[in-house]
Amino acid sequence: MNLADYATANGLTQVGVRPKFGEYIKQVWQRRDFAFIMSLYASESANARSRLGGWWLVLVPSLQAFTYGLIFGLILGSLRPANFIPFLITGVFLFSFFSGSFSAGAKAITSNSGLLKTLSFPRILLPLSAVIREFINFIPQLAILALVMLVFGQEISWDWLYLIPITFLMFLFSTGLAMISARLTVRIQDLNKLVPFITRVMFYSSGIFFEVERIFADYPELLAIATLNPVNAFISLARGALVNDLQMSPVLWVVATAWSVGTFLFGVFYFWRAEARYGRD
Amino acid sequence: MVATENSKKPVIVLDDVHVTYQVFGTGKKANRVKGKLRSRTRMREVHAVKGVSLVIHEGETLGIVGSNGSGKSSLMRAIAGLFPATQGSVYALGKPMMLGVGAALLPNLSGDKNILLGGLAMGYSKKEITRASESIIDFSGLREFIDLPMRTYSQGMSARLRFSIAATKKHDILIIDEALAVGDRQFRLKAESRIRQMRQEAGTVLLVSHNMKSIQDTCNRVIWLEKGVLLMDGNPKEVCDAYIAAMEKGDTD
Repeated sequence: MNLADYATANGLTQVGVRPKFGEYIKQVWQRRDFAFIMSLYASESANARSRLGGWWLVLVPSLQAFTYGLIFGLILGSLRPANFIPFLITGVFLFSFFSGSFSAGAKAITSNSGLLKTLSFPRILLPLSAVIREFINFIPQLAILALVMLVFGQEISWDWLYLIPITFLMFLFSTGLAMISARLTVRIQDLNKLVPFITRVMFYSSGIFFEVERIFADYPELLAIATLNPVNAFISLARGALVNDLQMSPVLWVVATAWSVGTFLFGVFYFWRAEARYGRD
Repeated sequence: MVATENSKKPVIVLDDVHVTYQVFGTGKKANRVKGKLRSRTRMREVHAVKGVSLVIHEGETLGIVGSNGSGKSSLMRAIAGLFPATQGSVYALGKPMMLGVGAALLPNLSGDKNILLGGLAMGYSKKEITRASESIIDFSGLREFIDLPMRTYSQGMSARLRFSIAATKKHDILIIDEALAVGDRQFRLKAESRIRQMRQEAGTVLLVSHNMKSIQDTCNRVIWLEKGVLLMDGNPKEVCDAYIAAMEKGDTD
C-alpha cells in the first residue's frame, strides 16, 4: 500500500492544496465576521495616532477637491463644466474610493505577513476587509457630498436614492480590483511602485474634472473608449443622480453593471487560483 | 519505506515532502561568470526539505530536533499548510494548528483585539471567542497589558498570547515551533502541562525545540532532521543522545 492510499484510506485529507471554489466561498462566508471586524479595527487604528482622527477621512478628499478645483478651474477656463464644484467633488470623492481600494488591495497580502505565517484561513478575507475598510471610510464622504450639493444650490430629489445601487455596484467593482491587485503584487512586488502611476492615469483619463463628451467631441474613438471606462461610468451616473439638470444615461447603467459584475467575479476567481501560494516569501 | 503497519490510527502522513524557496541572494563571487554583466542579486533556490516521508499516529507527541537551518520550521509550515510542499504531499486529519515564534498577528492592534481576530480567522464564531476570551487572557497571564498594541509586546509575551489563543480550541493536531523557547519558566511549565493534557485527549502534538529536557519530558517519539533529510526516528532518549553527541563533536554529516 503506498502512502497516498494509506492516508486516504484512513480518512486523511491533503494539506496545503487550494480548496474547491465552492468550498472556499463557504469558508469565507463562515469567517465573514473576521473581514468586518478587521476592517473596523484597521480604520480605527489608522487614525488613532493623529489629532484630528477620523476627521481626516473627509478632510483629505475635501482638500484634494479644493486643490483640483482651484487649479483645473483656472486652466479649463471656459471649458469648465456647468455646476463645476458639485461636478468636481462627486468625481474626486468617488475616485478616492476606487483608488483607495486598489492600493489597499495591493498591500493586503504583503503587509500582513505576521498573520499569514501564523494562521491558515482563506486569504481572500484580507483584500476583502481592505475594501470594506475603504467602504466604511467612504460613507462619511457621501454625507459631505450631499451637503455640498445643498450648499451649491442643488435640491434634494428622489433621484438621490439612485446612489444606493450605484454605491453597491462600485463596491463590487472595487472588490474585484482589490483582489486583482492583491494577487498581482504578491507575485511581482515591483507593481507596488506602479500603483500610484496607474491611479494617476485613471484619474486624468476618467473625466473627474472635465466632461468627456465635450473634450473628446472631435475624437469619436476616444469618446467611445471613455464611455466604456468604468470609472467614468460610475462617476457620470452619480452626477446624474445628484445634479438636478444632469441625466443618467441608460448606456452607462449597462456599462457600470457589466464592469462591476465582471470585475467582481473575475477578481474573486483570479485570487482563489493562487490561494496556496500566498504568504510564501 | 515507511511502515504503514501500525494498529494506531495515523493522523499525519508525509509522502516524499520537498520544500524549496526562491530567494533573492547576492550572487556568490565564485559563481560569477567572467565578463558577463549581470545584476548582483539573483534568484537562488534553497532546498530546505529534501524528501521526508513519515507517518505520525494519534496520541503521539513528536519531538523534532536538528541544528539551525535543518529544515524543521519549513517542514512544520508545510504540515500546517502555511507554506505548501513544493513536491510530494502532506495528508492530515483535520486542520493542523501551528504556533511559531516571530511577529505579532496584527501589530497595531491590542492584545484582546488580536484574540478576537485570531479566533475568528481560526473559524470560531464571535460568540464563542467572546466567551473564551476571559480564559485566554487568564492563561496568558497578560491581563494588565491586554489593551496595549501587540507591537509593544516582548517576544515572550507575544508567544504567550499566541499559545493561549491556539490552545483554547481543541485541535487534533498542534504544531509548536520553538514558540515556548522565548517564554519564561513559569509559562513553559504551564504550556507543557497543557500539551500533556492535549495528548491525553488523543490530540497529536509536534514540538520543535532545542531544549532536550523539554523534548524528553513531553515527547514519546523524536525525529532528527539534518540538512532537510530525516536522519533518525525513534524513542526520545536514543535520538536526543545521538543528536547531542553529534552536536558536541561539531559534526552533522
